[in-house]
Amino acid sequence: MTSAIEFKDVTKSFAKKDGTVQTVLDSVSFSIPAGKTTVIAGGSGSGKSVTLKIVLGLMRADSGRVLVQGNDVTGAKGKELEALRTQFGVLFQGSALFDSLTVFENVALPLRERTKKTEEEIGSQVHTSLSQFELDGHEDKYPAQLSGGMKKRVGLARAMQLKPAIMLFDEPTTGLDPVMAQEIYQLFAKTQSEFGFTSVIVSHDIPKIFNLADRVIILNRGHMDVFSSPEEIQWSEKPHIREFVKMTMGDIYQSHLVEI
Amino acid sequence: MKSNSIANLGNTGLYVLTDLGRMTLFLFKAFRGIFRQPFRFKELVRQVNFIGVGSLSVIFFTAASTGLVLGLQGYYSLNKFGAEGMLGSAVSLTLIMELGPVLTALMVAGRAGSAMCAELGIMRISEQIDALDCMAVDPFRYLITPKFIAALISVPLLTVIFDVVGIAGGYVAGVSLMDVSPGSYIEGMRSSVTNHDIWLGVIKSFVFALLVVWICTGRGYFVREIRGAGFGAESVSRVTTQAVVLSSISVLVFDYLLTAVLL
Repeated sequence: MTSAIEFKDVTKSFAKKDGTVQTVLDSVSFSIPAGKTTVIAGGSGSGKSVTLKIVLGLMRADSGRVLVQGNDVTGAKGKELEALRTQFGVLFQGSALFDSLTVFENVALPLRERTKKTEEEIGSQVHTSLSQFELDGHEDKYPAQLSGGMKKRVGLARAMQLKPAIMLFDEPTTGLDPVMAQEIYQLFAKTQSEFGFTSVIVSHDIPKIFNLADRVIILNRGHMDVFSSPEEIQWSEKPHIREFVKMTMGDIYQSHLVEI
Repeated sequence: MKSNSIANLGNTGLYVLTDLGRMTLFLFKAFRGIFRQPFRFKELVRQVNFIGVGSLSVIFFTAASTGLVLGLQGYYSLNKFGAEGMLGSAVSLTLIMELGPVLTALMVAGRAGSAMCAELGIMRISEQIDALDCMAVDPFRYLITPKFIAALISVPLLTVIFDVVGIAGGYVAGVSLMDVSPGSYIEGMRSSVTNHDIWLGVIKSFVFALLVVWICTGRGYFVREIRGAGFGAESVSRVTTQAVVLSSISVLVFDYLLTAVLL
């Protein structure tokens, strides 16, 4: 199995105000398989967002190497970094839509800025994907006029325009009600089976998110544990994983563990 | 206690150095954006409209009242020496060399600078700038460079308008309200204002435009990096205040420096 993203002994720490150092990632190694869905979970402040930022080159690791599609991107800058980023589509926590642009302009932006397509070609491509994401008739609305779920769909449509090989989702269901969250997950699964991208979901929406996962990575105090399936997590003997399972999934999932 | 204050001093020194370095790189990237494709001509027009056309009424009123006051005040002072004939010269030189460029820059900082800073600050905290980065769209070319060029085009033009309106205001005060003769007002201006004076005013307006747009966009862009700014909406409001104060002060400081060097 080829890996889309690989972390090798990556360390990242921050200096805190009182002079102490907080290590967010402590010599972490893992790989994310291509074409599959990997979920990165963990409590608040466990380094999930930092991991995403390092992958995108928005933040640099203190040491270690990061490979994207086999290319070392640890020290990438300028054109190299640009080339790296074109492989990614990102759906931000708050959707990060440009609030002074309409839905149409938001989705068209990557095409206008990154391709040489004519306005006509851009128009037809944007309209096709807007109807794909059930956003027909909302072209001329501004992000402030949309519901949370619609914003996510616009964000997803925008991220998909350049046909990325890897999609990164940062807390995709924050602020959505459970029904809406479920719809968004179904949409992810649908688009992924259609486009075949590698998908990385950072989330604490557990256990719902596990339905989607082929692989789960749990971050905890700078270390990570990798599980090949959601079931495996529930059988783990490690105390901090059991604590995590207990806190996030509750008794229903734990009951048959206790019997053993 | 003592070592604590020394540590604080060192921290502040490091912060100032880092900030200066950050801002210098920012300036460099903003100008580099001019040479990157595709150039956003429409956005440039929009920004010129916002900074330039949008500031016209403010500039007009400020210039008119400044000119009127200069006319009355000048008449009052010159009258004591029986030198009312010098009013045209005094008003026009003061406006062209000092008040025109300085007051225009201050007005633009208050009106457009604050808006640019807040816009970029909000885009930063709502991850819109990160989103541009992630789409491999250079945020400088896309957002910052058009603002820089627009300011460098608009502010000198606004300054010229300020000068003309101000001089007309001086004329109204001196000639229509007081008893200065029209001929001496115009002739005094014509004989005393040299090309050098006009150039000094133009150079100043370019430098002030750069200072205002640089500081205001830079503060907004780095809203998360600024010490003591806090988080969220509050950080944007604080940084916007800081940007307007900082750019106004630097306009005044540079006004003195440029006058001292170029006069």
